[in-house]
Amino acid sequence: METRTGSGPAHWEHLHHDADIGLRGCGASLAEAFEQAALALTAVVCHPQRVLCVDRVDIHCESPDPETLFVKWLNALIYESATRKVLFGRFRVTITEGTLDARAWGEPIDRDRHQPAAEPKGATYTGLRVEHAAGGCWTAECVIDV
Amino acid sequence: MDTDRLTRINAYCWRVEPVDGMHVPAVFYADEALLRAMDDKVREQACNVAKLPGIVGASYAMPDAHWGYGFPIGGVAAFDPDQGGVVSAGGVGFDISCGVRTLTTGLTRRDIEPLKTQLAERLYREIPAGLGSTGRISLNEREMDAMLEGGARWAVARGWGDPGDLERIEEAGCMAGAQADCVSGHARQRQRNEMGTLGSGNHYAEVQEVTEIFDDRTARSFGLEPGGVVISIHSGSRGLGHQIGTEYLTEMVAAAPEYGIDLPERELACAPLRSGAGERYLGAMRAAINCALANRQILSELVRGVFRSLFPGCALDLLYDVSHNTCKEESHRVEGTLRSLFVHRKGATRAFGPGHPDIPASLRDIGQPVLIGGSMGTGSHILVGTDSAGALSWSSACHGAGRRMSRRRANRTWQGKQVIETLSRKGIIVRSPSARGVAEEAPGAYKDVDAVVDAAQASGLARKVARCQPLVCVKG
Repeated sequence: METRTGSGPAHWEHLHHDADIGLRGCGASLAEAFEQAALALTAVVCHPQRVLCVDRVDIHCESPDPETLFVKWLNALIYESATRKVLFGRFRVTITEGTLDARAWGEPIDRDRHQPAAEPKGATYTGLRVEHAAGGCWTAECVIDV
Repeated sequence: MDTDRLTRINAYCWRVEPVDGMHVPAVFYADEALLRAMDDKVREQACNVAKLPGIVGASYAMPDAHWGYGFPIGGVAAFDPDQGGVVSAGGVGFDISCGVRTLTTGLTRRDIEPLKTQLAERLYREIPAGLGSTGRISLNEREMDAMLEGGARWAVARGWGDPGDLERIEEAGCMAGAQADCVSGHARQRQRNEMGTLGSGNHYAEVQEVTEIFDDRTARSFGLEPGGVVISIHSGSRGLGHQIGTEYLTEMVAAAPEYGIDLPERELACAPLRSGAGERYLGAMRAAINCALANRQILSELVRGVFRSLFPGCALDLLYDVSHNTCKEESHRVEGTLRSLFVHRKGATRAFGPGHPDIPASLRDIGQPVLIGGSMGTGSHILVGTDSAGALSWSSACHGAGRRMSRRRANRTWQGKQVIETLSRKGIIVRSPSARGVAEEAPGAYKDVDAVVDAAQASGLARKVARCQPLVCVKG
């Protein structure tokens, strides 16, 4: 498992899947788990540390169900990335009663520097899980079609 | 996959009898070695598909089946609208109408070799490949609608190719029933600059040499001869298809309870064929099929342009164009009666046998060409449809080698630069914007395509015609 650890419980992982890629974000809050999962999404394409955070995109999505909200969040990032031809390297998410507001920072894709690999096509409901563990850590994960 | 949990019918056919809510059996076409290499999730997913309303016959898995989302990749299932049958966005996949087309060149490897490096560079320059690339065509709303409802016919009418190409494309290049008004603004936006782009991942444009002929008569009819050079293009409906898949999957997940559908897994989200959501999805999905047909038509013209400039006078004739992520309404015989069924093929190739009315007249006596992509280092196969596949798999066969290793593991096992150097020593030139992308697509990450097509032939799904070896590969 490829893991990048941030401060505290915050980290992301890529999970085994034969043809596609599973991703998991973990954090002290639901919002932090979503932020970490977004880093894992970028890492499908290139290492997030290679992305300069110079441009900002605001994202808003809603769902009363945290799992559906997670899929919508990832799909919103895939859409913004695909239509703007950008990669994101930093995220700030707030979630209040089923409403997600986020800021994502990144830059236009530089094919020489980023060496972009597989293209995320969409977030699936396979392996979809959003959980708050007894120890206090939040986990959000699903499989991305690439 | 644990074969002890399957009933062996013969060396190439295994089944799970209907249990636990399955309406039909799950049937696997593969030899024991291929089955053992499949994840147990393939069995689980094929059995879950057998639980969906209105499924007819069986839930089939092709020899290259692997773990997907909802349906297995390499899954085939037909549904009867008169029996409450459904359409599933996950049963088609996100890359709607992803497929392969092959063109003959009339050239031989000896013609190509002196200019091979130049050819690779020119193809790499002309074909927008990889994440972040954009096409040369930007469609306004009116042209977008015309493309979505016209497919390859639209592309040919705009000068991208010859009218003669159309008969060598499934649906004669234009999927009927496409509804541009079922395609969202987001899906259109995602496609606006992506017409004529190859994509990334396992998509490619390859120059290949025909290295083996298994069926002389059929090969001649297909214009194939030993040492001959062909072009194969593997691409799909790009961002538009991905967005349609995303949006309708979400809609179907939410709508399933309203339609009284008890989903064994949320990822199997579906809607009745005769419902608002089902009909809208079919309209949008067919528009995405047209997008893919138009896209591969444009890519073909980019390749033709390069060949014409390097090999003046050469003619690149389209052998055939197949789509392997679709749901299509087809007539099939069920217990002696012709019925109209909606056949989902997710990572499976339509493989009509000789005489089928949907095969172009010039190939009707022979059978439909079935184009199977392998990895960039091993090879591809051209097969032909059989009479027997109608009863075995709704006339379906495999679509590729299928991955045996995850992208993550492949990326840790190989380095892109090394893969390119190794293939270069074998006479295969690879050009790609991403070294990591090449590592993830390393030949060793894929199953043995020869074993897959051998199983397809032995089980009667299709018959081998020719094997092709890459000479130049442009990867996304």
